[in-house]
Amino acid sequence: MSAIGMLPLEGGAPEVAQVPSPVRGRDRVRDTPYPERPDPSPQPSPERERGPGASEAGEAGYNFAYLDEGTKRMIRRAILKAIAVPGYQVPFASREMPMPYGWGTGGVQVTAAILGRSDVLKVIDQGADDTTNAVSIRRFFARTSGVATTTRTTEATIIQTRHRIPETPLREGQTLVYQVPIPEPLRFLEPRETETRQLHALAEYGAMHVKLYEDISRHGHIATTYAYPVEVAGRYVMDPSPTPKFDNPKMDQSPALQLFGAGRERRIYAVPPYTSVRSLDFEDHPFRIQEFTDPCALCGAEGVYLDEMLLDDAGRRMFVCSDTDHCEGRRADGHVGTGDAV
Amino acid sequence: MYVAVKGGEAAIDNAHRLLAEARRGDPAVPELTVAQIREQMALLVDRVMAEGSLYDPDLAALALKQARGDVVEAVFLVRAYRTTLPRFGASNPVDTGAMTVARRVSATFKDLPGGQVLGPTFDYTHRLIDFALAAEGTVEPAAEAEPRADAGTCPRVTDLLAQDGLIELSPPDDGAPVGDLTREPVDYPADRALRLQALARGDEGFVLGLGYSTQRGYGRTHPFVGEIRVGEVAVAFVPEELGFPVPLGRIRLTECQMVNQFKGSGAAPPQFTRGYGLTFGQSERKAMAMALVDRALRAEELGEPVASPAQDQEFVLAHCDSLQATGFVEHLKLPHYVDFQAELELVRRLRAEFFRDSDSMQEAAE
Repeated sequence: MSAIGMLPLEGGAPEVAQVPSPVRGRDRVRDTPYPERPDPSPQPSPERERGPGASEAGEAGYNFAYLDEGTKRMIRRAILKAIAVPGYQVPFASREMPMPYGWGTGGVQVTAAILGRSDVLKVIDQGADDTTNAVSIRRFFARTSGVATTTRTTEATIIQTRHRIPETPLREGQTLVYQVPIPEPLRFLEPRETETRQLHALAEYGAMHVKLYEDISRHGHIATTYAYPVEVAGRYVMDPSPTPKFDNPKMDQSPALQLFGAGRERRIYAVPPYTSVRSLDFEDHPFRIQEFTDPCALCGAEGVYLDEMLLDDAGRRMFVCSDTDHCEGRRADGHVGTGDAV
Repeated sequence: MYVAVKGGEAAIDNAHRLLAEARRGDPAVPELTVAQIREQMALLVDRVMAEGSLYDPDLAALALKQARGDVVEAVFLVRAYRTTLPRFGASNPVDTGAMTVARRVSATFKDLPGGQVLGPTFDYTHRLIDFALAAEGTVEPAAEAEPRADAGTCPRVTDLLAQDGLIELSPPDDGAPVGDLTREPVDYPADRALRLQALARGDEGFVLGLGYSTQRGYGRTHPFVGEIRVGEVAVAFVPEELGFPVPLGRIRLTECQMVNQFKGSGAAPPQFTRGYGLTFGQSERKAMAMALVDRALRAEELGEPVASPAQDQEFVLAHCDSLQATGFVEHLKLPHYVDFQAELELVRRLRAEFFRDSDSMQEAAE
């Protein structure tokens, strides 16, 4: 099933008539729980971790995947519009989530809106599955939806991410959900929303090119290293979220659906599968990604994004894969790094 | 040698347990009850209700207990709860003219129908720490007021001014549904109703600072406190199937009507204009600051230059929410390894080029 086809169906609730709920004093009335539905494509895998509420409907008293169905429908409409107009920022009525703004409330709302019972969820932060916020968000969905979670990129149907795109190439049917702090690529050139919306409408992106040009004249390089602006499908300039520009090429013609959620700024945007995503550059200063001189010290991978670990106060450091799943997979396959500090 | 650490889950669990222990404090000290917080930290409870946009003193008190007294955290708990509640409709507009006032002061008229009612206020207390409060004791009962001849009638000062046309009229209720910024994303420019909603739930400190800035010349509005009133009003709701208003209960509100100078324009005669503030509970500081900022935000409508932060609605509305502000500021403590790595790589490269260039410059000079 294609990722786009999944949207309205997979997480979608049948149209349930809104029955007015009696509200009495302190009774905490909530929407009717999501009706139990047979899993259309069970894919038993012993390696998946089942959430604690896996056999039930999720957290008692809350709807499947926390949000009520009316809210999910509103978010899905925004997502569909975003897919129809690639790179365009669609306003949506972001809800207050039980985690703070800045912790991924936009991504969480997008994931909650598209999550279905047969989905397998992976959550990463800085490329790693075990960073505290990734753990927290993965648990949130395990608890409120009971869906299977995984750390393996290849097993996941939905991957929520903050700041990285997995090294393992994504495939058709997968959806990558980005957490976005500032969705507006022009925000630091023009703080006013009324102005930036007009600039997008007119495709007036001169200011962005001037900014990149000024970088070159001042530093000899484009000094934007993350959240590097891209042009989507030849039309809208888009913020790829604060992923290092190293990941920008992975967005281009990706077989996976890419959805972007900004909760505090109340915007959703999307890159449909097989869409062109071009990093802005100049003919004489072509776009270049970061290069690391040494391979990963743990798995020996080259051409991947590395984290720098400080080992002591004498300046010894080690470079290891930022994508923990990729690194573990390679080591399981017998790849070994030098293990050396540099 | 570095070994990848797996410990996020255990660390989070243990941090939560430690937090619970820290929240309780010394177990030898009796635990606070929610009722104690509600009754004795009433102004704090009011602030949490106002910024949490939910009138529920018990819930606000419980949130404060859970949040260890952190106001923004308590507001967060209330808001996250509020967002899950079903909406079954909007109440009739409350009539603050029919308020049972506990306090009512006007700075524009020495006496007026309904009188000046000082009520429970800090205004004329001397701020000396009362060490007697450290010892628990009973409080002397308050004096009972002699009922005035005009008790029970307490018309709004602005209504009195409006009779002579000295102040602009409140725009009539056109019956159009009022927007809800918690259900629809704000579309700029936002109308006054939405701006007031944002200010009513905005952070007290931020709104106070903005209001203050208008008094110091950043968007001056020449304000007078027409009136501040604090008291209870009835809330009524018209269920569709009944078709008549059903009282839901009473809520405590603070309302501030600011009266501002306006010299008139070619189209409008000189008259005073209004700035409006309304909060849940008793919070005069917030209601007054809100009224100042409301008036400042009307600059464009009244043909005044928009030059100061308090007059700029995108600036005010996008930054007045304490949850959004605290979330984005505090998210900086989340890991940013990969972005920082990207910046490190760039700075190292730029430094290498800098020293290479300065070396070659030096060689050329020699």
